Amino acid sequence: MLSRTADNLYWLSRYMERADFLARIIDAAQRLATLPTAYGGTGSEWESTLNAAGALDGYREHIGAVNETSAIYYLAFDPQNSSSICNCLEFARTNARAVRTALTIEMWQSINTAWLEMKRFQTIFGKPGTIDRLELSRFLDFVRKASLDFDGSAHRTMLRNDAHWFSRLGLYMERADTTARILDVKYNVLLPATEQVGGSLDYFQWTAILRAVSALTAYNWVYKSSIKPWFVADLLILRPEMPRSLRSCYDDIVRLLDNIGRAYGKQGRAQAMARETLHKLETGDMKQVFGMGLHEFLTDFIEGNDGLGAAIGAQYLVHDDEALFQGQMQSQG
Amino acid sequence: MANGRFFDEMTKPDGLPRAVYERVNDWLASAPPELLASRRSQAELMFRRIGITFAVYGDKDSTERLIPFDIIPRVLGRSEWTRLEAGLKQRVKVLNMFLADIYGKGEVIKAGIIPEDIVFQNEHFRPEMRGVKVPHDVYVHISGIDIVRVDDHDFYVLEDNARTPSGVSYMLENREVMMRLVPELFSRHRVAPVENYPDALLTSLRSVAPKASGSDPVCVLLTPGIYNSAYYEHSFLADKLGVELVEGRDLLVRDKIVYMRTTQGPQRVDVIYRRLDDDFLDPLAFRPDSALGVAGLMSAYLAGNVTLANAVGTGVADDKAVYTYMPEIIKFYLGEEPLLKNVPTWRCREPDTLKYVLAHLPELVVKEVNGSGGYGMLVGPHATQAQIAEFAVKLQNDPDGFIAQPTLNLSTCPASFESGIGPRHVDLRPFVLSGADGVRVIPGGLTRVALKEGSLVVNSSQGGGTKDTWVVDDESTGGLI
Repeated sequence: MLSRTADNLYWLSRYMERADFLARIIDAAQRLATLPTAYGGTGSEWESTLNAAGALDGYREHIGAVNETSAIYYLAFDPQNSSSICNCLEFARTNARAVRTALTIEMWQSINTAWLEMKRFQTIFGKPGTIDRLELSRFLDFVRKASLDFDGSAHRTMLRNDAHWFSRLGLYMERADTTARILDVKYNVLLPATEQVGGSLDYFQWTAILRAVSALTAYNWVYKSSIKPWFVADLLILRPEMPRSLRSCYDDIVRLLDNIGRAYGKQGRAQAMARETLHKLETGDMKQVFGMGLHEFLTDFIEGNDGLGAAIGAQYLVHDDEALFQGQMQSQG
Repeated sequence: MANGRFFDEMTKPDGLPRAVYERVNDWLASAPPELLASRRSQAELMFRRIGITFAVYGDKDSTERLIPFDIIPRVLGRSEWTRLEAGLKQRVKVLNMFLADIYGKGEVIKAGIIPEDIVFQNEHFRPEMRGVKVPHDVYVHISGIDIVRVDDHDFYVLEDNARTPSGVSYMLENREVMMRLVPELFSRHRVAPVENYPDALLTSLRSVAPKASGSDPVCVLLTPGIYNSAYYEHSFLADKLGVELVEGRDLLVRDKIVYMRTTQGPQRVDVIYRRLDDDFLDPLAFRPDSALGVAGLMSAYLAGNVTLANAVGTGVADDKAVYTYMPEIIKFYLGEEPLLKNVPTWRCREPDTLKYVLAHLPELVVKEVNGSGGYGMLVGPHATQAQIAEFAVKLQNDPDGFIAQPTLNLSTCPASFESGIGPRHVDLRPFVLSGADGVRVIPGGLTRVALKEGSLVVNSSQGGGTKDTWVVDDESTGGLI
């Protein structure tokens, strides 16, 4: 397939996944922000949420002081924020339009319908100011549904060929990144079992993390225990059965890259890098992770994930002429 | 509903329907207004969801718009169609012969049929193409010949679109939408299918691949990109053809061979159905500032390593000045009378004619020789004094750049509105394919309709809409519903 098509499919899925993640963390932060400090409300909830979205610097530059209304507007609607939910949906549709022939009708319609609906919401939330909470929760629900709808139509209708693999690859790369980021923002409340836990004070922080990755129910099923911070970290980092864990994302990333490698008859740097990360996640345990320092572990992971993104790009999505013909010679030889 | 001044395709002056329209007439008479209203809004919803849109240049507010769709089909009888089809085949055959000739021996010029300067000074004439042999002498692989009617017999050619005509996706989608919207009306007719157009197009494209490309040539569709007004059509067609939709940046030329950039490395390309004008094809050969094309593409083309459809330099054949000579050109090549009429046209380059045109501007339609899309034309009867004065100056400054035609009494067809049903002016763009195995016409085409009451401008960029076009067998389905 065309490199550009693969690139568009990959980013299309990333943007849809990112929009979904943003909707979830806004929702989780809203709950936390309403808690009295005695229940773990920190007063800096929106700051850490902006941080998890990778939007804090931009926010400070464009808006300034952090408050709830401005933070929500910035994360969800602000045209100045290149990763606002609305911009994600806009980019997703631009990418989709560029590769309509590689999408199934169902996928296109799910994106196009979401985009039209988003335009309607944009007229409601046209400018910063007060935010109608009821409309906001409708909006966040809509974004999650749109992402589900796209995901479902991709899953149900796409041919299982490279177009599908690149599209799913984008989803899991984005998901691994966002899971790692939300953990990293909260690493200070995720303590190993040996540490004294600060009582129930952090309880709501832990549930907020789980909620943000829609893992609250999953937690109960897996651990059958009250919420412990080290289990939260374990669930989202190492558990293969948890669909948003780093481990699970890399299971999928490696599988997809292998599919591509097999179909094209050659492997490359991306495959090697992905396997290496998966190996660490498969063989590691939480003791090691906490031993290294959770923050250090996550920073490392995020960098590694970015590196893999670059390798996938260079190997398949964008290459200069020399690299293009170089690759050709290797495959013939 | 008939309007005495114009030929109405449904209703005769005596108020009775013409035979081919009887069943549509019955349906309209029996369908309650609510039904038509609900079908209209369903149609809009379907188009919006499928995402069939176009962009209007110079309209900042909306980069994407729907072309209005009218749910009453435009009907042509089989016998009418057969006459039209023969004329279209004749016309396109001659367009190809003309191009092969002017880029070859130039017999038509030597014989004095057409003045040399009209051909060689034409801005669409490409000297690079002189002496170049294109596969099977086919230049115009895809054409959309604009046809109008003024009575129930003659078809007039308004324009020969021989560059990159668009609109075929509307022909196909309009049919799909109509089959879902008005099944009850469909079932009363036998309508010639149009859905095989992509197959026919692919067959034509493959038939003109370079000899060296083997039995399974690789075809692609080259688009200027998502900001082009016809992008939707490009992606739609690529999908139906099952070929890659490429932009200039997806292609590269090495050693005069065209490749596309794929996830598996470079892949050779044999035939390019390009929806990009000559000027933008190759910055090394034409406009150096074009970022839409492919550097070196012309070198590969001239070396015969890739086929471009349509060929480079076809614009000279659909030029409005050349158009005026088409009847003589047809007689010259085929020794036959033209089956389709030309609209009488005044060539402003001739001083006496210019004088006449200037004196009669309020009743004429004046067009730029190189214009298209309804831009830059004057419709005398609908123009203000100021617009007419402005055009008079333009004409005097550049008489070679303009032609004038009488304001045609374009035929009307019924169209459906909130306020009821009313006649509106229409034209027709049938699509004609040429390949190694000859010329093919798909029975149907794009009917464009001027939705503004009384308007004669059908271009979508100027507020026109579309209709499905039915070529129906003259006898009914025998009462089966």
